[in-house]
Amino acid sequence: MAKKSIGPVRREFTPWETPDHPPFIEFRNVTKMFGDFTAVDNLSLKIYEREFFALLGGSGCGKTTLMRMLAGFEAPTAGQIFLDGQDLAGIPAFRRPSNMMFQSYALFPHMSVEKNIAFGLKQDKLDAAEIRDRVAEMLRLTKLEQFAKRKPHQLSGGQRQRVALARSLAKRPKVLLLDEPLGALDRKLREETQFELMNIQEELKTTFLIVTHDQEEAMTVADRIAVMDKGKLVQVATPAEIYEAPNSRFVADFIGDVNLIEAKVSRKSGEGTLLESVCEGFAIETNQETDAGIGDRVWYAIRPEKVRIAHGRRDQDAANQIDGLVWDIAYLGDVSIIHSKVGESEKDTILRATFANVSRMVDNPITWDDEVVLSFDRDAGVILRG
Amino acid sequence: MDEPVPVRRTLGGWALIAVPYVWLLIFFLAPFLIVFKISLSQIAVAIPPYIPTFDLASGWQAFFEKLGELSFENYLWLTQDDLYWKSYISSVIIAGISTLLTLVIGYPIAYGMARSPQSLRPTLLMLVILPFWTSFLIRVYAWIGILKNEGLLNQLLLTLGIIDEPLVILNTNMAVYIGIVYSYLPFLVLPLYASLERLDGSLLEAAEDLGCPPWLAFWKITLPLSLPGVIAGCFLVFIPAVGEFVIPDLLGGSDTLMIGKTLWTEFFNNRDWPVSSAVAVILLMILVIPIILFQNQQQKIAEKEA
Amino acid sequence: MTRGPSWFNVTSLVVGFSFLYLPIVLLVIYSFNKSRLVTVWGGFSVEWYVSLLHNEQLLDAAWVTLRVAFVSASVATVLGTAAALVLVRSGRFFGRSLFSGMIFAPLVMPEVILGLSLLLLFVAMDQSRGFWTVILAHTTFAMCYVAVVVQSRLVGFDKSIEEAAEDLGCPPVKTFFLITLPIILPGVVAGWMLAFTLSLDDLVVASFTTGPGATTLPMKIYSQVRLGVTPEINAVCTILVVLVTIGVIAASLATRRQQVQKERDERTAFGAEG
Repeated sequence: MAKKSIGPVRREFTPWETPDHPPFIEFRNVTKMFGDFTAVDNLSLKIYEREFFALLGGSGCGKTTLMRMLAGFEAPTAGQIFLDGQDLAGIPAFRRPSNMMFQSYALFPHMSVEKNIAFGLKQDKLDAAEIRDRVAEMLRLTKLEQFAKRKPHQLSGGQRQRVALARSLAKRPKVLLLDEPLGALDRKLREETQFELMNIQEELKTTFLIVTHDQEEAMTVADRIAVMDKGKLVQVATPAEIYEAPNSRFVADFIGDVNLIEAKVSRKSGEGTLLESVCEGFAIETNQETDAGIGDRVWYAIRPEKVRIAHGRRDQDAANQIDGLVWDIAYLGDVSIIHSKVGESEKDTILRATFANVSRMVDNPITWDDEVVLSFDRDAGVILRG
Repeated sequence: MDEPVPVRRTLGGWALIAVPYVWLLIFFLAPFLIVFKISLSQIAVAIPPYIPTFDLASGWQAFFEKLGELSFENYLWLTQDDLYWKSYISSVIIAGISTLLTLVIGYPIAYGMARSPQSLRPTLLMLVILPFWTSFLIRVYAWIGILKNEGLLNQLLLTLGIIDEPLVILNTNMAVYIGIVYSYLPFLVLPLYASLERLDGSLLEAAEDLGCPPWLAFWKITLPLSLPGVIAGCFLVFIPAVGEFVIPDLLGGSDTLMIGKTLWTEFFNNRDWPVSSAVAVILLMILVIPIILFQNQQQKIAEKEA
Repeated sequence: MTRGPSWFNVTSLVVGFSFLYLPIVLLVIYSFNKSRLVTVWGGFSVEWYVSLLHNEQLLDAAWVTLRVAFVSASVATVLGTAAALVLVRSGRFFGRSLFSGMIFAPLVMPEVILGLSLLLLFVAMDQSRGFWTVILAHTTFAMCYVAVVVQSRLVGFDKSIEEAAEDLGCPPVKTFFLITLPIILPGVVAGWMLAFTLSLDDLVVASFTTGPGATTLPMKIYSQVRLGVTPEINAVCTILVVLVTIGVIAASLATRRQQVQKERDERTAFGAEG
């Protein structure tokens, strides 16, 4: 049997698994208060050189504040921030070796594309020839050569976004900070740009730190993701780990779609754990270990695509088989999300299953009010304590 | 942006606050305190023509001694001579009537502008703003030639045979109303136009769709939603009109009592600085209430928009 | 709100704008009146304009007024811009509401009070009155107008543009001159123009705060108007009205052209992408 692993392995780049690897950016017990409001709460985080790191969270979770502290626009109330071994305390934004790409792009409206890109280089008093070369290189990298003389208002949204990127990369910063960089683009352009960003990062080998509320974006571009909530880190892991092995209901629910079933631990053995769902009266067999004791309340999180759905008991291999009644169907084209009522309690408990529409024509399709069987394997979900 | 963005203040940031702040303290706030102080002094035949009541130069001891000797005579005088309180009341009444007239004339203009084709609106807006840039004095002066007994208006009406003998308008309160309405019309039209223009046309369509006839839709939808503009405009006319000097002086008659004119006369003709200071203090107190109300209203609008 | 023009709307606009403009138009027409009786038309003539050129007192007053307006508008623009920055950018600080109150109050304060209080200040400071005291007085109330105009421009300003400049290595003061000022410049220029015309027009505050040798044009006009309407005054007024009108129209046409050009560019840019 081949070794099982969670998700695709992006490349041989996993410095976070080496205990003594020196971090490139380190937040050490950082707290930031705005009056009574705690935006960042005693947070510690290590980010490594050449990493593409995403801070993911809802609005008000402190992710932007964390980035702005690194850029120098906010000073931490407590704690320290290190970049490449240097304590950043007291260094103003204009002397920090990081550059930022702003959510609004913040292009200088009275300067041409060229001048915008050259602005940072001029502040460093580089000589004219060098500035010219650097600007040309950036224009090439972001495919903006033909727009060099234009003013920002003469550009489309996507072009503006690339100018902002070129401008923040021109100074070859030690870290590039991206604050919701693709938020203003439409979906298609956003997806294209995500891959462009990844390619540019590969080419330049710069450390990228991105702030986003879009989980798909974070999962697409990042080597590792930190999920934040209320000023604290909830989980820091690779995209696949975050998705397949969330450490809490918050993460499971925040990333993707999930069925959360409230359950009690009814048996623990060497092979795994048996759960009893709390109100619905069915058992769930898992191969997971948990430190919860017998009788403790836990949640079982299972992604809809891990749940198979069929008429009758055809899937005899699956360890878990639950009867259900089709309640609602969302037809999305590539897949259908089927909501089924399960269990015997008064409370309607809905279990969602993803059904891939692999054939155009189906005999006897699953439809409303059908009696179905929902089945999943022992390793399909995870047990969560909180 | 997720989190509230506080301000990092450097030395330069403090200097930025300090320069305009200190300027206004010296040239706006301090003068008011001086006005207040002089209003408690006594008139004297001297230069300056008053006896300072108290002076910090003689130390705090003297200050407290003098505090007991403060002269409220000037305020007493204001209550005794009915010229003053009549002026106050008449100013408020004239300003109030003029404000209403301005609203009656200004609302249809603002409404017509907001309903005009999009392409025409910037031009109309400029036409309203333009008189605001033109000298106040000149605009008031222009009416003298029109309203005089042998003026253009009477000439026209006589020629048309509408009247047999010239109307006496100049040097009456009527002329003052006309002057105030004319001079302050842009102040009312501009905020009103702003609030009417922002009004979503589909609201009226929705009202009509639900069976509301257009005139009722105006009454139930347009008018209530333009109320902030109406209020702002009325304040902008009323407050300065109360203290108006040029209009009653040039267009009003000798029986037109307005406090701005009374203050001017008291100061320049009678050279009674303490009394004119007392007049100013009372005028200010009358205006403080509408000014604060106005500022609160503006703040509320600003907050709603933010 | 867009709907077809109704008769009511057209009428109210025509009547309203006639009311606003007819007096001024009549004043301009009668400035070319040959007759000394201002209300009787005696034929076309420019003699009153010619006689203006020989009226030394009036020309002196005009020269004083222009200098006062230029200096006070310029100082008021600097102070008012600073005040606007404080109002929009400085967040909370001790005495903020007093500050915004002091910016706001002069806009509605009766001029007689402003004039009287400033005069009493100058007397208390034992300052002899004249050219400079008028400038100080005009600067004070004009800076409040400038502050309001610039403030409205700053409110729509994306602060991250300044942060971007700082992030790219530009210190704050340099950022103000390289980035902020060019962007808010139209507001600053409009503020200067407003301050200039306010100073040009002011009668009341100048009357209180002036001294010997510093008679401004409005004061001159006022003292003559009190004696009656003369075609000569009509001519002076016409010149002032024409100058201000040309200035305002030119400025607003320039901004509008810029606006239109910008919108067209934006349409083209987005069209190319779609």
